[in-house]
Amino acid sequence: MISHATWRKMWMTALGWAASLVVAFPVFWMVLTSFKTETEAISRVPHLLFAPTLGNYRAIGAQARYLRFAWNSVVVAMGSTLLALLFAVPSAYSMAFHPTRRTRGTLLWMLSTKMMPPVGALVPVYLIFRDTGLLDTRTGLVVVDALANLPIVVWMLYTFFKDVPREVLEAGRMDGASALREIVDLLMPLSLPGIASTSLLAVILAWNEAFWSLTLTAAKAAPLTAFIASFSSPEGLFYAKLSAASTMAIAPILILGWASQKQLVRGLTFGAVK
Amino acid sequence: MAQVELRQVRKSYGGDEIIRGVDLMLRDRELTVFVGPSGCGKSTLLRLIAGLEEITSGDVLIDGERVNEVPPSKRGLALVFQSYALYPHMTVAENMSFSLKLAGVGKAERERKVMEAARILHLEALLTRRPKDLSGGQRQRVAIGRAIVRHPKVFLFDEPLSNLDAALRVRMRLELTRLHRELEATMIYVTHDQVEAMTMADRIVVLQGGQVEQVGSPMELYNHPANQFVAGFIGSPRMNFLEAKAKENGEGETELVIGGSTATAPARLGVDLTGTGDAVTLGIRPEHVQVVSSGGLPTRVQGVEHLGSESYLHLATIAGEPLTVRVNGQTEVRPEQTVEVAFDPRFVHIFDRNGASLRRADDPSSSPAKPVGIGPGVSVV
Amino acid sequence: MSTTQTSAGRRSRASGLPGAGNAGFYANLPSIGVLLLWSVVPLGMTLWFCFRRYNLMAPERNGFDGLGNFRYLLSDPGLGMAVWNTVLLLGAVLVITVGLGTLLAVLFDQEFFGRGLARVLLLAPFFVMPTVSALLWKDMMLQPDNGVLAFLWRSFGFRPVDWFGRLPLLSIIVIVSWQWLPFAVLTLLTAVQSLDAERIEAARMDGAGPIALFRYILWPHLGRAVSATVMIETIFLLGVFAEIYVTTAGGPGFASTNLSFLIYRYVLMEYDIGGAAVASLLAIFLANLLALFLMRSFARNLDT
Repeated sequence: MISHATWRKMWMTALGWAASLVVAFPVFWMVLTSFKTETEAISRVPHLLFAPTLGNYRAIGAQARYLRFAWNSVVVAMGSTLLALLFAVPSAYSMAFHPTRRTRGTLLWMLSTKMMPPVGALVPVYLIFRDTGLLDTRTGLVVVDALANLPIVVWMLYTFFKDVPREVLEAGRMDGASALREIVDLLMPLSLPGIASTSLLAVILAWNEAFWSLTLTAAKAAPLTAFIASFSSPEGLFYAKLSAASTMAIAPILILGWASQKQLVRGLTFGAVK
Repeated sequence: MAQVELRQVRKSYGGDEIIRGVDLMLRDRELTVFVGPSGCGKSTLLRLIAGLEEITSGDVLIDGERVNEVPPSKRGLALVFQSYALYPHMTVAENMSFSLKLAGVGKAERERKVMEAARILHLEALLTRRPKDLSGGQRQRVAIGRAIVRHPKVFLFDEPLSNLDAALRVRMRLELTRLHRELEATMIYVTHDQVEAMTMADRIVVLQGGQVEQVGSPMELYNHPANQFVAGFIGSPRMNFLEAKAKENGEGETELVIGGSTATAPARLGVDLTGTGDAVTLGIRPEHVQVVSSGGLPTRVQGVEHLGSESYLHLATIAGEPLTVRVNGQTEVRPEQTVEVAFDPRFVHIFDRNGASLRRADDPSSSPAKPVGIGPGVSVV
Repeated sequence: MSTTQTSAGRRSRASGLPGAGNAGFYANLPSIGVLLLWSVVPLGMTLWFCFRRYNLMAPERNGFDGLGNFRYLLSDPGLGMAVWNTVLLLGAVLVITVGLGTLLAVLFDQEFFGRGLARVLLLAPFFVMPTVSALLWKDMMLQPDNGVLAFLWRSFGFRPVDWFGRLPLLSIIVIVSWQWLPFAVLTLLTAVQSLDAERIEAARMDGAGPIALFRYILWPHLGRAVSATVMIETIFLLGVFAEIYVTTAGGPGFASTNLSFLIYRYVLMEYDIGGAAVASLLAIFLANLLALFLMRSFARNLDT
């Protein structure tokens, strides 16, 4: 005898797995393709069984180009995250613990700067970068990514800081802590998990950022997003190698993202959904 | 020496005035309790003294020195928070020595002071633990320890016992008063619990709506409440209030007619009731009402609470006004019964229409016991 | 009346501190400063270039041009298409992700075997960089010769579709929806899980069936999460660029050109700064129009 509840659970299992397999299939397929030969990869009848090869990974890894792009991605993601945190931590501290009647408006204004599509700023930013020599430099991309992510980082930190009991910081103040000591000795250790997941989100956003990478960088400072895009030209039609390069490009973020999924909701919805 | 003085202190947020001109002198080595209902401004007042909130107008003086612009840590005060506000990422010892560390005190000196505080508070065994591994009472002690190590001029307590269970609260109450004696410190203690105020305070400041209602020792407040609010707030169960009319009885005596009751009695109150109009409020504490066999104010029993050592009768007058009576020991009175009660005239309070207490010429606490003349009304010689 | 409420709300937190309080206030200024620069300087420059003749290929022909750029842009057949495509892309992706997302959120709220792992797989697309997901769909899924969908079509006896040639905007909508579906699911699932189980039980006791439960209990509860999801997705969807850049390059013709891509074409393909500035202005205007509605509903749901 199978109970009603068990039937129901089996149905849900089938439905749930079907949905997630369909959604994840393209990624799965890409990873699979990265282990095929180029001939297998463009076969009209998809191969599910084949002799896996690491040749594509070797070919991509052997390219000095690839390593440079990957290094650019690392530098830009880390650099822009650190820069954004440097501005956002004091800012979020200020609004979470020293609110004024304008705080709410300030927060919403910061968010609204994010509403402007990046392309709206393309012309001026492009010209400024051209005139200051920042075009195709990692510094330039670090600055732009940090600015683009700053509102989100401020918001996310703000919602985490709001969870720190106010009295603890007040106790610190009674004990003689300056604002800087309050932040460094009390607030940051106490909200470390929040700061960590905020940084993670900033790294993910910067790593995956494509608009500014494609418009402001070329051969020198281009990160992986731009490198992958170069495969779209007709002469770059090597599906297996593209798959290998793509798999390597998304693997670190996929792992980081899965590890922090719970916190990401909160950060990306600006604390509206916890 | 440590005394705190407030001069016309006001605090407003936006348009709301939370503290409306408070003048206070808190004396050296006294334990002063700020008490009042929630929202009365008592915690705000404490935070103004601490420097955690900025004063809108007026002055705070510590030892005669104006400290309005002095940051909290430089005022020589220590504050124990309601939530304890321990630093969760530091051990007990680190929690207690944080302020010393910030002040640049040497390591040896820090350890000596922490040990001293730990000894006073019996925390020696817990010094390496973190707050999350402590019980509520232990956290409370650490919070106090954090204050003690600084040797502050004044200790401030913001409802420190409200997160503890009833039994622990009684114990900590005693411990805090012991500490007060031992340290010979000036303390300001905020609570909404009048029992804490009565049991611990040298002096009580009753606050309501951002204003001081009365300042005095616990017994002064109990015996001579300045107004109906203080009378109702101090003492448990709370004082009974009955509407009454003052009347001239034609013999030059003032008589009080208690609402709904036709029974009257001469009330030579020694209170000048002229000019107050004829409507006053009579106040009498439950412990000062007696059940009598006849000649009293008739009431109907609404309910009876038996506590063993004492009982409370919840009565209603003919006019429907509630009246609580405390009876020693146990009682045979049952609900729906009718009983007659009389008031001990020594303990009757009279308030005018605005709630202000009308002081009598003689002091009720000093007048000799006079169990006669008890009636439904009041008779005071 | 509302003023007393807000001031009461502030009372519990507000603190103006002598000394430390000022530092606390000033700590916010660097962020405000750079964001102000980041939003005002580009806007000012854009406004300036709107009225200038300025082509990077012929910088010497620089000068005041009156409404020339506006006239030029309005005569561009691509403009109407770009605006329409932008709106269509936004609307379609929002409907698909929030609709499917709600269903999947309810599904993943149920107990089933391996739910944790299935949920992790479901989230994968969100973490894939846009250029990768675009190429992935273009070269491996939707490719008309050896793509997976072409194989499926053939298996069922249909002729494979030339997705990017015949249905370019739909293809882009599919890719972008695929990228954003996980975000919607995750957000809505978090919201579904925060629903008090007792409230559902109470509704059951009152005789509510599954449809009534969804309609009267779950959907209203999701309001806040839906409004947040719509707002965040809108922020990113208005700027969709890489997916178009990598797949159709806006074509064929203007069939899959949105405002972002149109502006990109003006700047980096035609080097026409003036034209791009006017188009940017339009994009900013459109974004702000949407922002006005969205921010208002979002701010209502906010407990700062």
